Amino acid sequence: MSELPAPVPPHNPEAAPFWEGLAEGRLVLPVCDACGHHVWYPRSWCPVCQHESVTWTPMSGRGTVYARTLLHRSMGPWRDAAPYVIAYVELAEGPRVLTNVVADDPASVQIGDPVEAVFVPVDRRDGDADPDITTLLRFRPA
Amino acid sequence: MSIRGKAVIVGAYEHPRREIPDRTIAQIHREVAVGALTDAGLTLADVDAYFCDSMAGFGPITMAEHLGLAARYVDSTETGGSSYLAHVGHAAAAIAAGKCRVALITLAGRPRTGGAAPGGTARMGGTPEAGFEQVGIFSPVGNYALAASRHMHEFGTTSEQLAWIKVAASEHAQHNPHALLQDVVTVEDVVGSPMIADPLHRLDCCVVTDGGGALVVVHPDVARDLGRSGAAVLGHGEALKHTDAGRIDLTWSAARWSGPAAFAEAGVAPDDIQYASIYDSFTITVLIALEDLGFCEKGQGGAFVADGALRSPGGRLPFNTDGGGLCNNHPANRGGMTKVIEAVRQLRGEAHPAVQVPGCELALAHGTGGALSTRHGSATLILGAWTR
Repeated sequence: MSELPAPVPPHNPEAAPFWEGLAEGRLVLPVCDACGHHVWYPRSWCPVCQHESVTWTPMSGRGTVYARTLLHRSMGPWRDAAPYVIAYVELAEGPRVLTNVVADDPASVQIGDPVEAVFVPVDRRDGDADPDITTLLRFRPA
Repeated sequence: MSIRGKAVIVGAYEHPRREIPDRTIAQIHREVAVGALTDAGLTLADVDAYFCDSMAGFGPITMAEHLGLAARYVDSTETGGSSYLAHVGHAAAAIAAGKCRVALITLAGRPRTGGAAPGGTARMGGTPEAGFEQVGIFSPVGNYALAASRHMHEFGTTSEQLAWIKVAASEHAQHNPHALLQDVVTVEDVVGSPMIADPLHRLDCCVVTDGGGALVVVHPDVARDLGRSGAAVLGHGEALKHTDAGRIDLTWSAARWSGPAAFAEAGVAPDDIQYASIYDSFTITVLIALEDLGFCEKGQGGAFVADGALRSPGGRLPFNTDGGGLCNNHPANRGGMTKVIEAVRQLRGEAHPAVQVPGCELALAHGTGGALSTRHGSATLILGAWTR
């Protein structure tokens, strides 16, 4: 088993406050200025009530595992990382986030387990230009 | 306006092969198109409407060109493996509205010998959520396993209960000489097969096959001039379910919406259904759909299937009598076409005698396309036996 790959996500200026928050070690999500919904995945407006403005707000980074699988077989650069955990984490603030839970013993991760955010540097290859996104969101047992 | 009884499936054809290394995908489209039209007693020259998925080419344009069609109505609605059930509903609506008279729907693909990775989730690059979901899911099994894990957690569903779905499919597939997997398996075989994405085992997964199929949907006046029985389109429903800005609940699917819409249009209830084709990309796909379609209460799917309900004949709800995607065929990684085809066989009384539902007059076909635990499309058809 090796570390999970951390590919650079596509350029996404709409979610810049989210990515900048991760680079600073904080989980920042858009919260609707009208209905208060915490929007996942991050967007610059509210798809629940269609209000046009949100406030980018720091979250606790804590949550619990809502659903999980232990993937035994994968491919490409992820092949050597298997088995690894794919999960929905329900944040303390409500949203359910599709993510990886990184644990010393992946098989031990179960639904209901408390977890906390971890901030993972993206993989860079020699010669790459500096990506505008530097950090990924994952979780680990709390 | 309702489409109830305003269109008839008079042609249905499933490509007999499961490995087709010697054909192009376009060739397979034509083979299945001719197969379904011949079944109906029609030709490509009779077709005035064409339906296909987004994999067939540049929308419907390039395949219509390849087939030499003069179509005055086209639709390439893409909802993954459920697309073809949606196409039947859309074709019936177009026929009811006078837009066309003879609609052709085709599917073809070669994932088994063509080198494509299993599943339909590889096209994520340009979609808006892609950068937030780089979690290492390259095959749908990891996605569907998430829903299975939650269903087990909330309702106590077990791997052994899920296995009964595969067992019933395998019992049916033993009678299908074209099925990729024709051996009957046991619950122990399923739960003892290698774990792929916990809690789903290898035998919880559908097959990967080359092939395809086609359907011909026509105005009842056209159907009456042909010599063939068929399946009247009585009801259709479709819906999308997605992550809903973070509020996704993995215990149910969009069948919760598409099913009631189809039943309401047809004016029938789940208890009236004599045969059901249920999309079976994985065992969990069947279990959740059975609950959402109203064949049992939410959370009771495990007990329902473990009771032998899906066996034909004799079960409370005979299902997938061709062996389904779990054993027979999942052409192009898309099981919706074959779901409709086997329902038509049942309504014509042309399923294998060992699994034919006696006096089958009312059938349901249901598709779940895309990824159950993130975003997917459901489409449900209610079909009735039709004779001239």
